[in-house]
Amino acid sequence: MITIAGAGLVGLACAYELAQRGAAVTVYERGETPGDSSVARYAGGMLAPWCERESAEEEVITLGSRAFDWWARVTTVHRRGTLVVAPSRDRAELTRFARRTTGHRGVDGSAIANLEPALAGRFTQGLLFEQEAHLDPRRALRDLTAKVQEMGVGIRYGAPAPAGVMLDCTGMAAPLAGLRPVRGEMAILHCPEVEIRRTLRLLHPRMPLYLVPRGDGHFMIGGTMIESSSDRPVTLRSLSELLSAAFALHPAFAEASVVETGAGLRPAFPDNLPRLTKQDGKLYLNGLYRHGFLLAPAMAQQAADRLIPETSDEDHRERQTA
Amino acid sequence: MHFYGTEIKSRLLLGTAQYPSPAILAEAVQASGTEIITVSLRRETADGSGAGFWGSLQDTGCRILPNTAGCHTVQEAVTTARMARELFGTPWIKLEVIGHSDTLQPDVFGLVEAARILSGEGFQVFPYTTDDLVVGEKLLDAGCEVLMPWGAPIGSGQGLRNPDALRAMRAHFPEVPLIVDAGIGRPSDAAQAMELGMDAVLLNTAVAKAGDPAGMARAMAQAVEAGRLGYKADPMERRDMAVPSTPVLGMAEFA
Repeated sequence: MITIAGAGLVGLACAYELAQRGAAVTVYERGETPGDSSVARYAGGMLAPWCERESAEEEVITLGSRAFDWWARVTTVHRRGTLVVAPSRDRAELTRFARRTTGHRGVDGSAIANLEPALAGRFTQGLLFEQEAHLDPRRALRDLTAKVQEMGVGIRYGAPAPAGVMLDCTGMAAPLAGLRPVRGEMAILHCPEVEIRRTLRLLHPRMPLYLVPRGDGHFMIGGTMIESSSDRPVTLRSLSELLSAAFALHPAFAEASVVETGAGLRPAFPDNLPRLTKQDGKLYLNGLYRHGFLLAPAMAQQAADRLIPETSDEDHRERQTA
Repeated sequence: MHFYGTEIKSRLLLGTAQYPSPAILAEAVQASGTEIITVSLRRETADGSGAGFWGSLQDTGCRILPNTAGCHTVQEAVTTARMARELFGTPWIKLEVIGHSDTLQPDVFGLVEAARILSGEGFQVFPYTTDDLVVGEKLLDAGCEVLMPWGAPIGSGQGLRNPDALRAMRAHFPEVPLIVDAGIGRPSDAAQAMELGMDAVLLNTAVAKAGDPAGMARAMAQAVEAGRLGYKADPMERRDMAVPSTPVLGMAEFA
């Protein structure tokens, strides 16, 4: 039996990979209900490795490219690409973004209007990352939970992990050196007047924004990256910047309802890359930073590769000593 | 070079915002050879655990110059400065009072007022100001012993928009440490500032947003050094006409 601490995104992804390899798995979750303490519920749900490469290491692409098919087996993945735009006075941001990334092609005003008619006449230049995709994080977590349960994984809610737990996926709660919180803030808007089908990124020197369509006129907006351990609700400044940026994207957002706001702490290591580490006989998978949905599949595969041989060795030894 | 009686050898000061990761920030700090890094208290809060972002900054071994970046009022800046002193145990504060959210230019009226309050409370204030001489005088009157004139708007990378004003500042305040803060985009901008006789350069975006931050940090450090050496070596004057650099007297004789 393989035991996992934490039924957040990472813990569930590991449970899935292990169950796929035929292991019996139990997941312990201190939260009372699914998703209670998972920071992934505030995620954008972008599978955007090429865009992320702008500020992240090459690993986001090499590891992240596996995420598309993996998630498609679990939940609905919208493969519509990412459209990156900038107001005309911030065109230098677009040039810079294009120079630091690959997997995109330049689009002009009429191409933008074809892709997203709602943006017709609003932007004259952009970048289209055709291979990128997005998913709905909460739905994905629900679907993943159902999937692993279907596969026989036991999830104990309201249950702290026992001392000998084998794999720790508890995010900021893990006692790992160098792990730090990076605060992110988001809002969900309801605005049926605007139809946008793919992830948009609005480049701006001070308040970059991403907007991810969630269907039924709902949009998730986010973009703040703050080196802080505070998990207090979203601040007025961040919220006003996010909302102003959405308004800059399309004035019809002025009439949107702000359905929800949220703030979460993303665990990160100094290089902002995830790590699979062994400490005190326990395996830890942590530090997925802002790339949870993108990197969880590849990292869960690595964790399962580490755990399965170890488990079979132990079984083998047990049989020998018996 | 002394800032408030503290001897500083490196003439490059580095900001710590906007780096791709703390690991890359640490590399850049090391490559720059800086002794002073600035830290924004406006949004990033200390948690005292040492494991967070603060921890990685303290690990650099640099002297920390907290700033009041993003403060738009005197009250906000003063409160932030007091928090900074408590968190870092340093009387140093880089004082920013922003007057305009698009150009991020300093509100010099609020700046002088906040500098007076903070100096009165024992702070050693590094004011982010314009290249205006009168404002500079008022800041000195308010208790500042260092001035940080801008080169161009923060984060714009435009280089020195008004070198003549900076030259005038140098002439007007011969004894006051002058640090060009904001607007540096390329190593040549940093070298130019140093050639004008500035005592140091503070920059952030030019390194943080470069494709190779550590490489750019090294380039900036060398540019600052080159500019300083050039200034000290008393450069030649510009001339309108060419002057041959080899003697023209005595023609070659072909036997």
